[in-house]
Amino acid sequence: MELNGARILLECLKREGVDVLFGYPGGAVIDIYDELPRHDIRHILVRHEQAAVHAADGFARASGKVGVCLVTSGPGATNTVTGIATAYADSIPLVVLTGQVPTPLIGNDAFQEVDIVGITRPCTKHNYLVKDVRDLARVLRQAFYLARSGRPGPVLVDLPKDVMQARTEFIWPEDVKMRSYNPTYRPNLNQLRRAVEALIEARRPLFFAGGGVVMSDASEELGWLARTLSIPVTSTLMGLGAFPGDDPLWLGMIGMHGTYAGNKAVNNADCIVAVGARFDDRVTGRLSAFASGARIIHIDIDPTSIRKNVQVDIPVVGDCRKALAGIREIATTRLAEKDWATAHEPWLTQVSTWRTEQPLTYVQNGTIKPQQVVETIFSITRGDAIVTTEVGQNQMWTAQFFTFRKPRTLLTSGGLGTMGYGFPAAIGAQFAFPDKLVIDMAGDGSIQMNIQELATAVCNKLPIKIVILNNGYLGMVRQWQELFYQRNYCSTCMEAQPDFVKLAEAYGAEGYRITEAGELESTLRAAFASPHTAVIDVRVEREENVYPMVPAGAALDEMLLV
Amino acid sequence: MRHVLSVLVENEPGVLSRVAGLFSGRGFNIESLNVAPTLEEGVSLMTISTSGEEQIIEQIVKQLRKLVTVIKVVDFIDVSAVEREMVMVKVQADDARRAEVLRIADIFRCKVVDVSLNDLTLEATGDHGKIQAILSLLARFGIKEIARTGTVAMRRSMQPENA
Repeated sequence: MELNGARILLECLKREGVDVLFGYPGGAVIDIYDELPRHDIRHILVRHEQAAVHAADGFARASGKVGVCLVTSGPGATNTVTGIATAYADSIPLVVLTGQVPTPLIGNDAFQEVDIVGITRPCTKHNYLVKDVRDLARVLRQAFYLARSGRPGPVLVDLPKDVMQARTEFIWPEDVKMRSYNPTYRPNLNQLRRAVEALIEARRPLFFAGGGVVMSDASEELGWLARTLSIPVTSTLMGLGAFPGDDPLWLGMIGMHGTYAGNKAVNNADCIVAVGARFDDRVTGRLSAFASGARIIHIDIDPTSIRKNVQVDIPVVGDCRKALAGIREIATTRLAEKDWATAHEPWLTQVSTWRTEQPLTYVQNGTIKPQQVVETIFSITRGDAIVTTEVGQNQMWTAQFFTFRKPRTLLTSGGLGTMGYGFPAAIGAQFAFPDKLVIDMAGDGSIQMNIQELATAVCNKLPIKIVILNNGYLGMVRQWQELFYQRNYCSTCMEAQPDFVKLAEAYGAEGYRITEAGELESTLRAAFASPHTAVIDVRVEREENVYPMVPAGAALDEMLLV
Repeated sequence: MRHVLSVLVENEPGVLSRVAGLFSGRGFNIESLNVAPTLEEGVSLMTISTSGEEQIIEQIVKQLRKLVTVIKVVDFIDVSAVEREMVMVKVQADDARRAEVLRIADIFRCKVVDVSLNDLTLEATGDHGKIQAILSLLARFGIKEIARTGTVAMRRSMQPENA
């Protein structure tokens, strides 16, 4: 039977397992919206296209599925760019559908025309312009396959209006064949043997988990190896939750705001197994001093991540879970060659000394400390929540003081550092898990970058909790100005601020304000118990800083402490 | 170190821009770039001449392989290959110097493709080094204009051992 492009698109989405779509209509996509009500796919109308991408991204991170969004041409498409770049930096599987002017008008500077394929080429895994309706089904099949396979990432498909109207026979391609794209899942066995050999020789080994562990569901393998071989574990920001934060072998996140124990361990280890991490500059500190005494085993599915920033002794290209399972299999046959617990005992004692010497801490002084807010939220929820963050101090305090125990419970813009990410991501996560408590840890600056989505949350009756750590500053930049720019607080003081409680109420959400430490727990409990969208404006200590801090360009163990 | 990379690509719209954008976005050098169709329909061959330290070249090759439209990448530093470029060069050659210019042309097996009272246009082919040598020898006569292709290269067939 001949179907039009719009119908084919929706048939394909259904077959790819899509049941929720975040979007915003416009002239170039009316045909798709005209078709939409006839399909069993829920469309969530956001209030800004950037939020549609972040919501799809939050949905993808929380569920592990591909997130999908749909926007119109021109400004609708350009508004998605920040969201796409955010997902690209953190390897999140997305399919972004953009409308385009009719093919005869492309290149004519038509109304709401923009070359979105050209604009997004450097921040997508791949992108397509569909010029012929007969290519549509194949392109969509490839788009979903590319988004979720190998190192996942966002794929954009640009859909001209006339292609959505044109009709053709709909044939669903069962297989995807792409001779130029073959990600390596199965790691090289010899490299795995070398890795086990290195672990047997090691006296001060360390696991270093990145987002790849979360992405490939490798937590169980990582946990088994760490416990069986008595090896402590650190992670990147993206790796939080990959290993339980309450395990005795857990040292905390490393990097610019990493823990003392984690950062010391990296620079004193003699063997580091980096799993699904890419050695971002925020993680390594000064490269020449990074892990200088360690043999590095680097497992990653993307060969470009290996030896990009850090020299590696044993590269392993492959899926993190398959690689760790392979190491487990080989290690199991060689367990007897070393008394692991005894051999690593001095090292474990050392790292636990570092941990007790300089734990994550802050000074209580009667005001509300932002770290205390995070800790209180953890204790109220017992960690049973999906937490999203904005970017800046709120993000770092959440990473430090919320004990993440399971993968996919922290959703944060790690690579790109996108303010305004957390709230729309929370909306996406809530759609993935309607019955879970979803909390956006925000700052008073970040939350204003996508606050219009209160309408989306209220409209869909989402019980999301937005906790604003309100210090009246763009706190992270202010912290840098304080520490490295002689307190020249240029443009970081948010002098005019909305009344967040009234603003929440204006949107039909609940608003709470906390100004005294004494009311912190009771008010948070009341807000979390409510079935409505809630904004909790917490007035925290204004000039609190995030510590430890490794100044830019310093070595990881040259930390400023509390 | 100069490397010549042979990059086999799906001949889709935008493929050149993907490759060029990769180089510019990541700060890699392109010295020359040549694209042309192959015998197989829908497949083009790019020959890219670039330079950089070993780690940079490794990244370039890996990043190229990561592009979804790239089928195959070969670094000719690793294999025995024949390499050629072509140049057309318009040299000042009045009566007094014409003989000298022609002698150099002859030594390098250049062709004379155009001639006027005051200049000669020569066509030369050879590897990168030979073209550089011709140009530097002709420089003293005064080069008015050059048009130069990028490098193309091809893997050598297997030679009999110890031949």
